[in-house]
Amino acid sequence: MAASSERSPPPFPDSEEPELLEDSDEEADAFTGTSISEMDSPSPDSTRPPKDIFNEPPEDIFSDPLSNINSEPQKKVDAKIPSPSSDEAVDLFSDPLDDDSEVMSSPEVQNPMPDLLNEPVEAPKSDVLGEPPVHRNAARHQDVFEDPPKSSSKSSSVKKAASAEMFGDDDDEEDLFKEPPKVVTKKPQPSGPPVDVFTEVKSDVKVKPQVKDDPTDLFAEEALTAPAPKPSSGSSSSRTNGVHSEEQDLFSEATVELSLDSPCNDRKNKEAVKPSVSAPAAPVASSSSKAPSKSLEELEEEESEDKFDLNISITNPEKVGDGMNAYMAYKVSTQTSLTMFRSKTFTVRRRFSDFLGLFEKLSEKHSQNGYLIPPPPEKSILGMTKVKVGKEDPSSAEFVERRRAALERYLQRVVSHPSLLQDPDVREFLEKEELPRAVSTQALSGAGFLKMLNKATDAVSKMTIKMNEQDVWFDEKIQDVENEEQHLRKLHVMVESLVNHRKELSGNTAVFAKSVAMLGSSEDNTALSRALSQLAEVEDRIEQLHQEQASNDFFTFSELLADYIRLLGAVRGCFDQRMKAWQRWQDAENMLQKKREAEAKLLWANKPDKLQQAKDEITEWEAKVTQYEREFERISATVRKEVIRFDKEKARDFNRQVIKYLESLLHSQQQLIKYWDAFLPEAKAIV
Amino acid sequence: MTSISEDSDKEKVRSVSVDLNNDASLVIDIPDALCERDKVKFTVHTKTTLSSFQKPEFSVPRQHEEFIWLHDTIVETEEYAGLIIPPAPPKPDFEGPREKMHKLGEGESSMTKEEYAKMKQELEAEYLAVFKKTVQVHEVFLQRLSSHPIFRKDRNFQIFLEYDQDLSVRRKNAKEMFGGFFKNMVKSADEVLISGVKEVDEFFEQEKTFLLDYSSKIKDASAKAEKMTRSHKNVADDYNHISGALNSTAADNNTAFKKTISVCVLQKLEDRVASDQELKLTELLRYYTRDIQAAKDLLYRRARALADNENSNKALDKARLKGKDIAQAEENQKQCLQKFDKLSESGKKELTSFKARRVVAFRKNLIEMTELEIKHAKNSVSLLQGSIEILNSN
Repeated sequence: MAASSERSPPPFPDSEEPELLEDSDEEADAFTGTSISEMDSPSPDSTRPPKDIFNEPPEDIFSDPLSNINSEPQKKVDAKIPSPSSDEAVDLFSDPLDDDSEVMSSPEVQNPMPDLLNEPVEAPKSDVLGEPPVHRNAARHQDVFEDPPKSSSKSSSVKKAASAEMFGDDDDEEDLFKEPPKVVTKKPQPSGPPVDVFTEVKSDVKVKPQVKDDPTDLFAEEALTAPAPKPSSGSSSSRTNGVHSEEQDLFSEATVELSLDSPCNDRKNKEAVKPSVSAPAAPVASSSSKAPSKSLEELEEEESEDKFDLNISITNPEKVGDGMNAYMAYKVSTQTSLTMFRSKTFTVRRRFSDFLGLFEKLSEKHSQNGYLIPPPPEKSILGMTKVKVGKEDPSSAEFVERRRAALERYLQRVVSHPSLLQDPDVREFLEKEELPRAVSTQALSGAGFLKMLNKATDAVSKMTIKMNEQDVWFDEKIQDVENEEQHLRKLHVMVESLVNHRKELSGNTAVFAKSVAMLGSSEDNTALSRALSQLAEVEDRIEQLHQEQASNDFFTFSELLADYIRLLGAVRGCFDQRMKAWQRWQDAENMLQKKREAEAKLLWANKPDKLQQAKDEITEWEAKVTQYEREFERISATVRKEVIRFDKEKARDFNRQVIKYLESLLHSQQQLIKYWDAFLPEAKAIV
Repeated sequence: MTSISEDSDKEKVRSVSVDLNNDASLVIDIPDALCERDKVKFTVHTKTTLSSFQKPEFSVPRQHEEFIWLHDTIVETEEYAGLIIPPAPPKPDFEGPREKMHKLGEGESSMTKEEYAKMKQELEAEYLAVFKKTVQVHEVFLQRLSSHPIFRKDRNFQIFLEYDQDLSVRRKNAKEMFGGFFKNMVKSADEVLISGVKEVDEFFEQEKTFLLDYSSKIKDASAKAEKMTRSHKNVADDYNHISGALNSTAADNNTAFKKTISVCVLQKLEDRVASDQELKLTELLRYYTRDIQAAKDLLYRRARALADNENSNKALDKARLKGKDIAQAEENQKQCLQKFDKLSESGKKELTSFKARRVVAFRKNLIEMTELEIKHAKNSVSLLQGSIEILNSN
């Protein structure tokens, strides 16, 4: 299974592990070997086969320390217990099958199991989902997790059976599944702990096998019911891909957890607190993660046929007021049968800044969730000033028409987004007679300045955040989007020049027509003169044709490209949001790390008075990490969904627009034929 | 170094601007031309039944300068004053394409291989088109001479055709250039001066006003047509670039960019429309701009003769008044009158035939252009329909 996923992101822990090593004094000797091997192996190649991760890193991480520790076994003081425990586990890793530990382990495992299960029985679900890795699991893999109840209900029985099975037939999982039991078996020996600790450790550990159970369940399930949950082959592959990367994360996470948690082994209180803290969060997480998962899947399927019965058109641009305070008001007419609106047809008048205001509101609310908010057309001071000055020249008329069309497309994009349509602000925008004036949209206002400042800081932080992408899909997509934007930009420039050249051509044709007419008038051969004036007429018409075509070039082709350049910018914004979420999570993770180290130091220094506070802080930060991580998972899922939706929409849009454009070209060519056909007899009539 | 050999389809593109009577007794064509750096060597091939030539068929290499020499000698020959002298072919100008080629070479690193190949192909096509056009105008010049009953008997013309050595004409030196420029100045000043001279023949009066008017109009039209074709070419170029960009977009992106193909081909069509338009319409107008200039020159020469005539009349009157040199003045006046009459007569004939020729040429070219336009438009229509169908089926 695992081997089938070819592209899997680098292991998760490598970003944190080194830091941990740098900061921790006591464990430095145990981990120095690790740090080096860790540092240079995983980071460079992002597409490492999972095998590596499954087999090597554990060895890297643990075999070195193992020897270290074996060489100085006397040092197994309280503080040291953590590392041995994990080390031992790996000890078994390296030679899993040859000793009888397996046989040994199973009874032992079974012993603690009741304990373990007794504890979490009160909230079995919370146990399963309460642990951070599981959260991630649930959040990241919502769709895969269609049946978490099943797996959790099975948990106790399946755990034994499944794990046994796993040992038997799944090679890749072997390590995985061997690890936890062994931890269990070995742990008592070095630390010789009270029962308390034992169960504690077990519960800690036990959760992990369960986590691992889920993926395996999933695998089995997927294999069995493969066609059923997969709407398309594309999504299935991405899904399995996700599963693998997910599982991997899990695994690496689990190992990290081991090493991270191990220092806590002797601190029972803290561990005791932990489940209770995470328990309340769990149902929320599971429910919240499950609900979107459903809707996500449904959406993906429905997307192709989702036809909102909502027609929006913007008409009657109208100048309101005079002078520099003048503005253009547009009539926004909506026609719908959706029940969420009060009536079937309604019309409101909106001005440009209202549209911008809508965008501001929407992006404030939704962009941090990873939603793709369609961007409105840019403000154009020059164009608007021209309109304001009130010259009735064609360029200002063109400007107004261009803006009207752009606004219409913008609104249509907003309402065609299923989540944005539900937004009260959108509804208000479409329905409400009077909107409060949007103030922050003025390009030159203080708010505008603040916005610019924000943008600048965003750009800076974007440059400083270096995210090592662990999801190949995103990695590729980000690259794709950037490439595409570049291409579209290039294309847009060219289409613009086509528009200009065609306008020029039209102008030149007009001049030529005039000139030919003059020539015809001074021609003394009657037939030729007639023909020439006919030619002039033909050229005149062609000039009209060119002009029409130029505006078609512009409105159907150039504007389409401009729209998508803007939209791609928004897509990148989504990616940035996701990156920010990731950064937040990483920061929290680092913070947690620091807190833990501080606590370890306190322990070392034997300052029990401050210990409690440190523990509280750790708990707090753990909750934060969990929360941020969940947020990151959520935003990742949303962004992914949004981008898929965007791609679909884009393909459809392009197809439609290009057909329209080609039809316009076709039309002008047909007209051309007509004109020249009419001219041919004239030319032939020259004697 | 480029060489083109004319094949059968050359007939189609050739002689677009003038209608020549096909007299089999003297057939001239330029089947081949060789471009060496900035010199173009035309192979002038002659087939004749006329006895004044030594052989029935021969070909000689000629350069542009030799064509100009031929033109100049004809212009300077007094007897031809009453004829419309075919305009000299314009100097071959390969600077445009060559410069572009150079630029392309410089920008080679900045573009992709396909783009480069495409651009190069285009430039080569453009270069070839210019080259063909150059050959064609030279050929037309000779053909017009050969089809003219008087010019074909010209000694210099025959030498030009027959003498298989270098005619060793040199380029005009600076002094001569300046002299030519000065002559032009004098001529135009003279034109203004003698315009006051009263026209005696109504036909010429009419013709003069017509030609003056017509020449300015056609000059204008030709310039405008050139502009139009140029912008048409720009549009075609844009199509080209767009198709290139679309191609690269599509290469990176396997979504719905099927239109690539259609727009790509569209560009080629547009390109052809532009070049045909250029060939048919612009060349026509351009040629007639020069031809009319030639006709105007004829009129000028006639007007000059008229003025001379009048001057000599005045001189005779004066002489009679003073009573001396009467004989000389009379002789002078007689000569002038004779010359003028002769000029008028041949000029009348020439102008009439010129008119007929012009009308026929216009007709032919207009018809051809229209047909081409229709053809291209039809092609685009079918192409567009095809691509729309493809897109719709998606």
